[in-house]
Amino acid sequence: MGRSKAFIRKNRAFTVFLVLALGLVAVAIFAPLIAPKDPYAAILADAVQPPSGEHWFGTDKMGRDLFSRVIYGARTSLTASLLLVLVIMTLGTFLGLVAGYLGGFVDGVIMRISDMMLSFPGMVLALAVAGILGANMTNAVIALSLVSWTKYARLSRSLVLKMKSRDYMAAARLTGSKASHILWSYLLPNVLPTALITGATDIGSMMLEIAGLSFLGFGAQAPTAEWGLMLNEGRAYMTAAPWLMVFPGLAVFITVAVFNLLGDSLRDVLDPRS
Amino acid sequence: MKKRVLAHRLLQMLLVLFGISFITFGLTYMAPGDPVRAMYAASGAIPGDEIIEETREALGLHKPFLVQYGNWLLGCLRGDFGKSYSYNKPVAELMLARLWPTLKLSLTSLALMLAVAVPLGIFSAIHRGGPADYLVRGLTFVGVSMPNFWMGMLLLYLFAVKLDWLPAVSAGQGFHKLILPAITLAFAMAAKYTRQVRTAFLEELCQDYVTGARCRGIRERTILWRHVLPNSLLPLVTLLGLSLGSLLGGTAVVEVIFSYPGLGSLAVSAITSMDYSLIQGYVLWIALIYMGLNLLVDVSYHFLDPRIREAR
Repeated sequence: MGRSKAFIRKNRAFTVFLVLALGLVAVAIFAPLIAPKDPYAAILADAVQPPSGEHWFGTDKMGRDLFSRVIYGARTSLTASLLLVLVIMTLGTFLGLVAGYLGGFVDGVIMRISDMMLSFPGMVLALAVAGILGANMTNAVIALSLVSWTKYARLSRSLVLKMKSRDYMAAARLTGSKASHILWSYLLPNVLPTALITGATDIGSMMLEIAGLSFLGFGAQAPTAEWGLMLNEGRAYMTAAPWLMVFPGLAVFITVAVFNLLGDSLRDVLDPRS
Repeated sequence: MKKRVLAHRLLQMLLVLFGISFITFGLTYMAPGDPVRAMYAASGAIPGDEIIEETREALGLHKPFLVQYGNWLLGCLRGDFGKSYSYNKPVAELMLARLWPTLKLSLTSLALMLAVAVPLGIFSAIHRGGPADYLVRGLTFVGVSMPNFWMGMLLLYLFAVKLDWLPAVSAGQGFHKLILPAITLAFAMAAKYTRQVRTAFLEELCQDYVTGARCRGIRERTILWRHVLPNSLLPLVTLLGLSLGSLLGGTAVVEVIFSYPGLGSLAVSAITSMDYSLIQGYVLWIALIYMGLNLLVDVSYHFLDPRIREAR
């Protein structure tokens, strides 16, 4: 208990942002308890109502309660972006580790593919892939994963190349350790902290890209409660019902801001040099 | 840049383009929808199976994948990117018509961004740790976390709907139609660049030559503007090239919000209507432009920074 207190006192910013981020996760998990209404229950008689005591954020064109939809939207956005970051972090780190350790042909193939992705605006390919595969949330995550893993691959590869010449690596090889053992027990633990920091700082921007794809109609589909999609639906009612675009946008902004702050402060905690 | 380096870069570019063309063609080939049916559906007719088969034959869709890909690639090399069925025009013609508006929008937002980011970055670097620095850093944080589509909608609501100062639809001629989309694009970019300029400026300020100049009694203003500024702005050239490239491919959201007739909105409508030849053409064109710009940046660096010239 004493140690955690000391940690909190030393890393006040990180603690605050961690609590805020966990709060957002809690909102997503306990959405059914927090939301006062069913986010999918359309009551056409209540369509496009301004914010009131009954409907805190107003209602949309189908008469659905916007507050409940924004709360449920946290589920969609957080699940998708955390999943996306997890996928690109795992995939990229693994490919980078393998490329760096094995070298030669495998390294050449993996790094040329990653060069190709880098020499090309990722959003264009993501848009095309998401559109061609068919517009839904899973395909949006797949499309963004395909274009975003390269950062992690380069990172872990460069770290592995640095470690490869160390004495303990030579010792491990001399004593006959298997490649899988070396990768798993010696290289991965050294790469993991950097990968995790990068992942944490990436959550915010990935969330923005997912919401952007949904906004264009290539992510979540109606009637899913997703912030990007809700903004797109609110666009047509901008003049008559501005609350339809204010609240979902605010939700994206706040969530992205909290995760960006968390990522930055995590970097300060784990890597005090920078 | 030495000729060998340049040749190597060009070869690499060709390889990447080849890879990209293969991926896009492969993806559209594997796509779940049927392009022929989509094509007829777009024109409002529902033909019988016989006519659909005939059209497939006429379009060469029966041939093996590699043959189709080869034919398409040969066409592209001759400048024939196929025909877009949703617009009923050649892809190259459509792309050319939309290229200039997007380029105009991108350049305007870049200029706008520089006009804000460079002074702000320098200002906050000089007043490091002061209240102004914290304010600027807070603003850049807002810029990084703000979704650009929300920013665009808020601007649209405020200036077009509420105040009625600017048009809500940015199609057509006139510079004032560029203002809102350009501000939207510039906002997020300005945040990133302000941080970049600030960091670069601070780094330069710690260099020995600055201490040396101060010791020699050179005025602080001269040091800042004559020596520190040019050195700290050099890395911006690379970034600007990259930004222009990704802007050309990344304006889709903003173009859709403001109904701006550029490449991005063209791509979105192509994807929505499953217009495969247009999607393929778009991806290939953007790849070519993006890589061309990167090459240009590298070459220009060579002229701007004598150190690189001597190193090679």
